[in-house]
Amino acid sequence: MKRTRRARIHDRANGLRHHLAAWDRYGFARLMRAEFTKFRTVRAWMIALCAAAMVFVLLSFLSAFESHAPSSAIPTGPDGEAVSDTYMFVHQTLAGDGTLTASVNSLSGAHSSPSGTSGIAISQSSNGGPRSQPRAGLAPWAKAGIIVEPDTRQGTAYAAVMVTGSHGVQMQYDYTHDRPGLAGLAGSSVPRWLRLTRAGDVITGYDSADGSHWDKIGTACLTSLPRNVQIGLFVTSPVYFAARAGSGTPSVATANFDHISTRDEFPRRSWTGDPVAGFYPTGPSASTWQQRSAGAFTITGSGDIAPLVGDIISPAWSGASIVNGTIAALLFVIVLAALFVTSEYRRKLIRTTFTAASPRRSRVLAAKAIVAGSLAFAAGATATAIAEVITRHILAANGNYLFPQSAPALARVIIGTGLFLGLAAALVVALGTMLRRSAVTVAAGIILLVLPGILGSESGNWLMRFTPTAAFAIQATLPRSSLVTSAYTPPNGYFPISPWAGLAVLAAYTAVALGAALWLLRHRDA
Amino acid sequence: MRESLHAEWTKLRTLASTFWLLLAAVALIVAVSAAAAAAVRCPSGGCADDPAKISLTGIDLGQAVVAVLAVMAVSGEYGTGMIRLTLTATPRRVTVLAAKAAALTGPVLAAGTVAVLGSLLAGGLILPGHGIGPSHGYPAISPSDGVVLRAGFGSVLYLELVALLSLGAATALREAAVAIGAVLGLLYVLPIIAVFAGNATLSRQLDQIAPMTAGLAIQATTGLNSLPISPWAGLDVLAAWAAGALVLGGLLLRSRDA
Repeated sequence: MKRTRRARIHDRANGLRHHLAAWDRYGFARLMRAEFTKFRTVRAWMIALCAAAMVFVLLSFLSAFESHAPSSAIPTGPDGEAVSDTYMFVHQTLAGDGTLTASVNSLSGAHSSPSGTSGIAISQSSNGGPRSQPRAGLAPWAKAGIIVEPDTRQGTAYAAVMVTGSHGVQMQYDYTHDRPGLAGLAGSSVPRWLRLTRAGDVITGYDSADGSHWDKIGTACLTSLPRNVQIGLFVTSPVYFAARAGSGTPSVATANFDHISTRDEFPRRSWTGDPVAGFYPTGPSASTWQQRSAGAFTITGSGDIAPLVGDIISPAWSGASIVNGTIAALLFVIVLAALFVTSEYRRKLIRTTFTAASPRRSRVLAAKAIVAGSLAFAAGATATAIAEVITRHILAANGNYLFPQSAPALARVIIGTGLFLGLAAALVVALGTMLRRSAVTVAAGIILLVLPGILGSESGNWLMRFTPTAAFAIQATLPRSSLVTSAYTPPNGYFPISPWAGLAVLAAYTAVALGAALWLLRHRDA
Repeated sequence: MRESLHAEWTKLRTLASTFWLLLAAVALIVAVSAAAAAAVRCPSGGCADDPAKISLTGIDLGQAVVAVLAVMAVSGEYGTGMIRLTLTATPRRVTVLAAKAAALTGPVLAAGTVAVLGSLLAGGLILPGHGIGPSHGYPAISPSDGVVLRAGFGSVLYLELVALLSLGAATALREAAVAIGAVLGLLYVLPIIAVFAGNATLSRQLDQIAPMTAGLAIQATTGLNSLPISPWAGLDVLAAWAAGALVLGGLLLRSRDA
């Protein structure tokens, strides 16, 4: 047993040696070594490479250091995810099974007008009108309806049917699940009838346009629901985002409920109004309720019952400091990679390289790209790993809420940022081979890798999808939800492309540039 | 001074790259401006868009070409060793730097004017078709309008100041790649850091001192109240950066061996 394993290892080592020998027959390993030596022996370049990593960490540190937020306790939902759970609740106890029916005949809202753009660089400035004056307007995910839950604490399991601002009737449960019901907004001429029935752990939601013909929307199974639960009417209205705005403002919604009727185990038969409050930013004069008659209520609420996404609680996104570090390091990498190629052209060393070291020019280009790429990868990955640890500590100490980051996501950010810088270095090597002049190469590298970020980062438009800056998406880690309207923009931690697809865009640019450089190398004198 | 200026002008004029870089700058500025205007969509109206600023988007990119031109005017001489000859012929080194700056000014201003006029013309033709025109309540882009004139004239000055900043940086840093990296880093990287700063006060302060965001405030024609810095004060910030770079470059040029 032991011997066979040793033999197997021996075989494998032999295979590897043959493999290496095969490579070396073409002199590639030697060529890589030569290129690495060229880089290593220029002291300024080695210092600049280390400086790139240090500037990365330093800038991440400073960004995190400057980012403060009021510390707040974030509730977690039944599945352990961070949630918003803030609303006005008019409720009573349901002891066992039962049904609550109500009709919503109006839902209206208001929000404070945005107080300028969120300090964004070259923003198209908004017209400086009067600030924080309430404006009429219903948030798309404003909600009014019937909800059932074990108690009124935040983050509990729940099931609800509701009328929404612009998503019609919905049945939602446990923050992340939803089923659509009737479309259209509730109004006095088009009331929306809602019904929630509890039978043990199973909650069923119904809707109706007239109160006589009912459609089942869906069922939710809330495991281990206690016998006594709270059931009632709720109204809430999330942070409102104007079109293309980088940040939102709190909003309130007011709903009129009619035809309220209960069936079965309602022991008390009287209603209590409680705001379920939390960290969520709420609008002015939210959380009021008024019983107009035995079966009619007017309720005003503010907040949200939904998964928590990035920019609701604070503008700070923990990964933003890493982005800042990456951009600074990118600058060093671009200059270094450009010098690595163009200085050979300037000193005519390239002729020696092509005649003496390897007349096969494609191999020289490959060796240069690999050497520059791996050095940048090593510096980038190391710096990201250090910066991740430091920034998360500082951000947490400054009161910022940090979304839980899974180990695979952390590994993706570290490896991905390394690959980002590595691919960028290889891209600049290709540019340098084509352009030869160092100033032009550096300018081209920065125009490709940095400039689109300025023009595209605010809104996350197509520039950050189709230019090499798409690679910044590899650093995205925040949760996104279709149940929450938000400014899903790069400054808030959301990129218009998925992480690996973003890196693939950069890889494609690098591949095309290397191909073009190769073609030029073969067809042009050195 | 006059001989020195004549010498610098001859060096600049007879380089093929000067012409091509200026042509590239004009073409890029107009093309990017037109593309930016074509990319804007405001079907329902009411967008907080600034027609003149959108029409001058190309300056964001064109300044990189101008920076390359200015850096090459100095670093090119260090690369070839020509600088020793220049300094032997004109031992007063600050005069050399001043002559280089003066020689650059004319071509950059000329190219900038052509590019800005082309961009505004393109914006004026394209934007109304995308919901941003006089029929939608936006001011028309016409050079007779005071603010548009300021935005256009300011953009030309902006390019000139970027050229002077680059000239100073290149004199201080010598190596072309390092100089252009430093200049474009200063111009492009600071605004991104401001966007991702995660601290509204800090990012506003960064926008006030960063040469690009402060300098480009000159292009704003609407929403002047919510700018991080007022248009002319912003251009002054860039001028201060350029002056600082030139003074530093001049001092180092005087005190160092070539």
